[in-house]
Amino acid sequence: MGFPHPSHPKETVVLSRHFGDPAARGFRGWVDRGGYEGLRKALTMSAEEIVAVVKESGLRGRGGAGFPTGLKWSFMPKPSGKPHFLVCNADESEPGTFKDREIIRWTPHQLIEGCAIGCLGIHAERCYIYIRGEFTEPWRILVQAVEEAYANGALGTDVFGSGRRIDVVVHRGAGAYICGEETALMNSIEGKRGNPRIKPPFPAQAGLFGMPTTINNVETLSAVPHILVRGAEWYKGLSLASPKSTGTKLFSVCGHVQRPGNYEVTMGTPMRDLIFDMCGGMRPGRTLKAVVPGGSSVPLMTADEVEDCALDYEGIAAKGSMLGSGGMIVMDDTADLVRVVWRFAKFYAHESCAQCTQCREGTAWTAKVLERILQGKGTAADLQLLQDLAEQMTGKTICVLSDSCAAPVVSAIRKFPAEFEAYLSGRREPVPA
Amino acid sequence: MSHGGHAPAAGEPVAHEPVFTGEVRAKLEALFPKYPTRQACLLPALWLVQEARGWVSEPALAEVAEVLGLTPAYVKGVVTFYTMYHTHPVGRHFIQVCTTSPCGLCGADDVLQAILAHSGCGDLGATSPDGRFTVVEVECLGACGFATPVLVDDDFVEGVTPESVPALLSRYA
Repeated sequence: MGFPHPSHPKETVVLSRHFGDPAARGFRGWVDRGGYEGLRKALTMSAEEIVAVVKESGLRGRGGAGFPTGLKWSFMPKPSGKPHFLVCNADESEPGTFKDREIIRWTPHQLIEGCAIGCLGIHAERCYIYIRGEFTEPWRILVQAVEEAYANGALGTDVFGSGRRIDVVVHRGAGAYICGEETALMNSIEGKRGNPRIKPPFPAQAGLFGMPTTINNVETLSAVPHILVRGAEWYKGLSLASPKSTGTKLFSVCGHVQRPGNYEVTMGTPMRDLIFDMCGGMRPGRTLKAVVPGGSSVPLMTADEVEDCALDYEGIAAKGSMLGSGGMIVMDDTADLVRVVWRFAKFYAHESCAQCTQCREGTAWTAKVLERILQGKGTAADLQLLQDLAEQMTGKTICVLSDSCAAPVVSAIRKFPAEFEAYLSGRREPVPA
Repeated sequence: MSHGGHAPAAGEPVAHEPVFTGEVRAKLEALFPKYPTRQACLLPALWLVQEARGWVSEPALAEVAEVLGLTPAYVKGVVTFYTMYHTHPVGRHFIQVCTTSPCGLCGADDVLQAILAHSGCGDLGATSPDGRFTVVEVECLGACGFATPVLVDDDFVEGVTPESVPALLSRYA
C-alpha cells in the first residue's frame, strides 16, 4: 500500500499489506496474519521442488537487475559437504529507493521467512542479511525479530521440529553505497574493503567465504513465502502486459508528487496511473517534466514517454530506461535537470570504490564538468566531452557503478538539451560556486 | 603478526584504556560463532568500539587488530573505506543530512543550511564550539519519500523542514 497513505484501489497489496500496522511486527502478530505458513510448507518439500515453484512463478530479482530468481537458485551446485550461503541484500542505497526499509520496519518476519525458505531451496544452513549502517531503526527491529524467530523455533537447529537447521545473521554495514553490489557486499561481510570482485567466478561457484552463495534482494525474498502459499499460477497471473514480468512490485515514488510513498502494483500497470492517480499527480499548477523510473542509475524519461509506459521490466526498457529498483523520482517543471544530474554525478564520485580508472576519474570529471556548466563557465564542447566520458565509463569496469553515473547524464543531454543550453547561453542564472 | 611496536600517531594520547573488556569483550566473543573467520568480525567489532568510545582512535584500531589477528594497517584500510566510522572525535551528537538529488528536489539544501546555522557548527564537518554537534552531508539515506531525512546519532528523523530544525535540535543536550 502507498504507505504512509491508505491503500489505493489500483494497488495490488501483497507484500505491503501490513505496512503501518505495528501489531504485524512481532512473531505472534505475524503468525496471526498467516505468517510462516510458507516456511512450514517448504519444510515438507525438497529443494528441487521449492526451486521449481519459484521458477514457475516468474519471480525476478527486485534489487535492480531483474534476473529470474528460480534460475539463479538453480545455479547452486548439489550438496558436496561445502557450506552453502544465502545472502540477503538489505543495503538499499540507490537514490530514489526506500521500499526494503519499509518491508523490514513493518514486516521483518516476512523477510526472515523468505530467507529461511531460500536457505532450504539452495541447501544452505545460514543466511547473512547485510543491512546498511544508516538504517538504524530497521536494524534494531530486524535484530529483535530474528531473536524472536529463534525463540519460537522458526530459526535454529530444529526449525519447527523438522530437524532442519537454519541460522540468520544480521550484519550491519557502515556507510558505502558500493556494498549494495553483490561481490562488494560479500567482501564487506568478510571484513574487507567493499571492492567489487571480478566475475567469474560467479557467487554460485565461489561467493561468500569462497563458498557457493546465492544473493537476493529483500523484496525478492519477501515475495517467496506468498508464492509458496498461494502457488506459482497465482503469482504468474499477476501480469497486465508482458508475460515475462509477473507478480507485484513495490515502487518508491518521491520528488514532486502530491503523495510520495511506496505503492505496490501488479506488473504492467500503466505508469500514468501510478503517478497521476495513486500519487495524486503534480502539485497544483505544475506539469510533469521528467521521471527517473528505477533509481538514480537509469536513464531519464520524458513526460511523453511516461504517457503510454507499462510498469514492468519490458515496458520501461521499451522507453530506453530500466525498471531497476523501482525507485521513481518524479520531477515537475520547476526541476533543474542539470542540477539534478550534477548531484547524481557527485553521489557516484563520492561512492566510487576507486578500483577502476574509468570510474574513479570518470565520475569525478563528470561531476566537475557539470559543475562548471552550472556555474556558467561551460561551453558547447562540454556536452560532447560529457558524452565521450560516458562512453569510456560504460561497459569497461569491474562493476556497473561507473555505467550508472553515465546513464542519467547522457539521457539528460539527449532528451533535455534545452536544460543545458539555458546555462551555456547564459539565459539561466549561474549557480554560485 | 606482532604489532607491539606500533606507535601512536602524533598528538594521540599514549594511554589507551582497552575497549574489549567485560561486557564489550563478551559481545565480541558472541560474534565469533556467527562467522567462519575472525576477520569477518571486523565491521561488527569496529561498531562495538564506536559504541563504547564514540570514535575509533589509533590505539583502539590497533586493539581491534590484535583481538582479530589482523594488522593495524589492514584495519585502518578497512576503517577508512566506510564513512560511518569516525576516525577523529566528533560532537556529542552527530547529525547526517541527506542532500542527494531526490531530497535536493524537495528542499534539503535549505534544511542543511538551517541545521548548520542553528547548531552553531557553521561549516560541514566542523564541531560546534560547545561540543554539542557535528554536522555532515550524507548520501541518500533511503527515505526519499519522506524528505528531508536527518539522522541524529541513531535517531532517524523524517520530514525535517527548515522551520522544524530548532525544535529538533533542542531535543539534544
